Amino acid sequence: MLYRENGQFKSTYRADQQVFPIRQDRIFVIAVLAFAFLAVPMLASDYLFRAILIPFLIFSLAAVGVNILVGYCGQISLGSGAFMAVGAYGAYNFFVRIPGMPLVPALILGGLCATAFGVLFGLPSLRVRGLYLAVATLAAQFFADWMFLRIKWFTLDTPSGSVAVSNLQVFGLPLESAVSKYLFCLAVLVIIAMLAKNLVRGAIGREWMAIRDMDVAAAVIGIRPMYAKLSAFAVSSFIIGVAGALWAFIYLGAWEPSAFSVDYSFRLLFMVIIGGLGSIMGSFFGAAFIVVLPIALNQFLPVLAGAFGLQISTAGISHAELMIFGALIVWFLIVEPHGLARLWSTAKQKLQLWPFPH
Amino acid sequence: MKLKPLASVALAIAAAAALLGTGPAFAQAKEQFIPVLSYRTGAYAPNGAPWANGFVDYLKLVNARGGLNGVKLTFEECETGYDTARSVECYERLKSKGASFVQPLSTGATFAITEKAPADKIPVVTIGYGRSESADGTVFKWNFPIAGTYWVASDAIVQAIGKKEGGLDKLKGKKIALVYHDSPYGKEPIPLLQERSKQLGFELQLLPVNAPGVEQKATWLQVRQNRPDYVLLWGWGVMNSTALKEAQATGYPREKMYGVWWAGAEPDVKDVGDGAKGYNAVTMQHGAEPQSKLVKDVLAMVYEKGQGTGPKADVGQVLYMRGAMSAMIGIEGIRSAQERFGKGKVMTGEQVRWGLENLNLTQAKLDALGFAGVMRPISTSCVDHMGASWARIHTWDGGKWNFTSDWLQGDEQVIKPMVRSTAAKYASEKKLTPRTPEDCQS
Repeated sequence: MLYRENGQFKSTYRADQQVFPIRQDRIFVIAVLAFAFLAVPMLASDYLFRAILIPFLIFSLAAVGVNILVGYCGQISLGSGAFMAVGAYGAYNFFVRIPGMPLVPALILGGLCATAFGVLFGLPSLRVRGLYLAVATLAAQFFADWMFLRIKWFTLDTPSGSVAVSNLQVFGLPLESAVSKYLFCLAVLVIIAMLAKNLVRGAIGREWMAIRDMDVAAAVIGIRPMYAKLSAFAVSSFIIGVAGALWAFIYLGAWEPSAFSVDYSFRLLFMVIIGGLGSIMGSFFGAAFIVVLPIALNQFLPVLAGAFGLQISTAGISHAELMIFGALIVWFLIVEPHGLARLWSTAKQKLQLWPFPH
Repeated sequence: MKLKPLASVALAIAAAAALLGTGPAFAQAKEQFIPVLSYRTGAYAPNGAPWANGFVDYLKLVNARGGLNGVKLTFEECETGYDTARSVECYERLKSKGASFVQPLSTGATFAITEKAPADKIPVVTIGYGRSESADGTVFKWNFPIAGTYWVASDAIVQAIGKKEGGLDKLKGKKIALVYHDSPYGKEPIPLLQERSKQLGFELQLLPVNAPGVEQKATWLQVRQNRPDYVLLWGWGVMNSTALKEAQATGYPREKMYGVWWAGAEPDVKDVGDGAKGYNAVTMQHGAEPQSKLVKDVLAMVYEKGQGTGPKADVGQVLYMRGAMSAMIGIEGIRSAQERFGKGKVMTGEQVRWGLENLNLTQAKLDALGFAGVMRPISTSCVDHMGASWARIHTWDGGKWNFTSDWLQGDEQVIKPMVRSTAAKYASEKKLTPRTPEDCQS
């Protein structure tokens, strides 16, 4: 009833090609943005910002990056943790070594370092595909682990190998309070997600999807596989690199290479698979599922047990958290193999036909 | 089936409520909240669990003894799994409940929380671990590596080896290998050992082991090739027993191996049993102390009432004592704050910081707390946040740990200048101005 595109006539190509062609979608997106930018800072607590919303935003950003590579271009990658690490250490080196380096250019330069690294480790994709490529990108992970542990130059010769940043500011405003950090991450996420959304529905995004669906056929109709694959690696690792830099700078503050272990590569891959391959929206669902759900379970279980007069030990909670989380992953993959984003689009379709769905 | 979405919505709302409900509703009168970051799961659980049991049991003991001048201690445990990101989440979660102090229990997390604590006004207490240069209280206002750091531990080991050889000068030309967990934790002792190797003329070999340390074949092959005179083991959790088994397989004498205190507890050697006989480890003051008054009190006042946290047999083991001592030092910080800011009142993080900085644990106080014979007096100051640098060596005899050395003290001549210069570097990187004497008075 409310969600219906009847009567919305497009009289120009421009109007037909806009990001959100349906008026209700536009209103919804604007409402969500207004809520995130205006209402959330007034409502959320310090804990919610620092422990849940900021990690969620940063991992959403990383998931958008991984989704471009895995979901849109079909190149399975297990090197996402490495791209995050390169982004973080790259940004760190620019930030610390160049006096007076502002934060935003440092983040962008960190992302560019990750781009170079991603393109380099994307080269095998020209020859190998599928699981073999996953294994080849895993090499990026081990290489990054080795590089940041062993090459002392990257960590400024700190004896412990742990590096730290502080006194962050953007355009003269200090990034100290939880709200300011949240708003900064949100702004970065919105800008990059918008750019990504536009990229994937443009010519280059169609090339990626053609490569994903059948690379031989794509080559036959004149798409250059090398250009398409490497550009996907470049764009994706730029976004993941910026996310890595944000994770290190904004969330951790001080970090060591194990902060970007292979665990993170898997986690990011799970995010896009559970959220929905080939969907920007799905990246947000996947990030919410992987980042927020374990923490929510961890806090909710003692409350639930307390309601029944039981007391679970800390170890018990943490084991139960892993079991329930694992079960939920399997359940979601069985019920909706195309990810949470598919549920979203099904809901949208049903809404269009409401109240007479078929 | 209609109910299904409804049920899931209800669950989601309940979960959201649980998340939101962690606000500062806790701040009731006469209750001092202590956050407990622990790891009872994961690769490091065998060592993390006894530490957490000791810590929590001590808090229960204080409550059983009538609290802190009448103030009851409350606590909440948060499982970190030794993961830095999760530790930060736990810190943020428990911070909102009014934390008096925080013990991060991982070097990686200590680095991350060190950056956050000054803004949150919560003292970071790292008993025997953390970053060594934070002993300099003029730069690290909120960090308290009380009763020793890894630099003290490694210096004590070097001295113990020197004693064994018949003098520190005899170390010239010797080869000492450091087998370490490749993380900030394992790298902490390196600067001190390099300094000592320059000074004393021994050759230092660095052999990193990737976390968690179950694969060490390559490392021990290097040990076999180079035949170092001594091996220092900077391992943690499963890495320690693996290293001892590898040493056994390589035929490297266990008598020539010295572990850090994280590598010198029962879980590290129990699986290896006789194979670990003769293996030494440095202890930051205490070892396994089943005979101490503290253990008797815990058994009588906590376990007798069925409130014990862990298995009764573990009470008094090395890491259990470590947890209890860590809790005790934090609590005594609160007590000393109460003496200045009002007995029987709930202390804020800022007040606890003052208390930790002006901690004076005399022998009489330690005796009263049940720590007689377990540890030596500690007194901290604005400049010195460490308070004591005593250590001992204990040796595994196949069944239990026995002390095999006298009290050793970290050499101030070596450690002090290093602490000062590293802290000064940190201050200049962070553009911090070291505290003035006036600031120390406050």
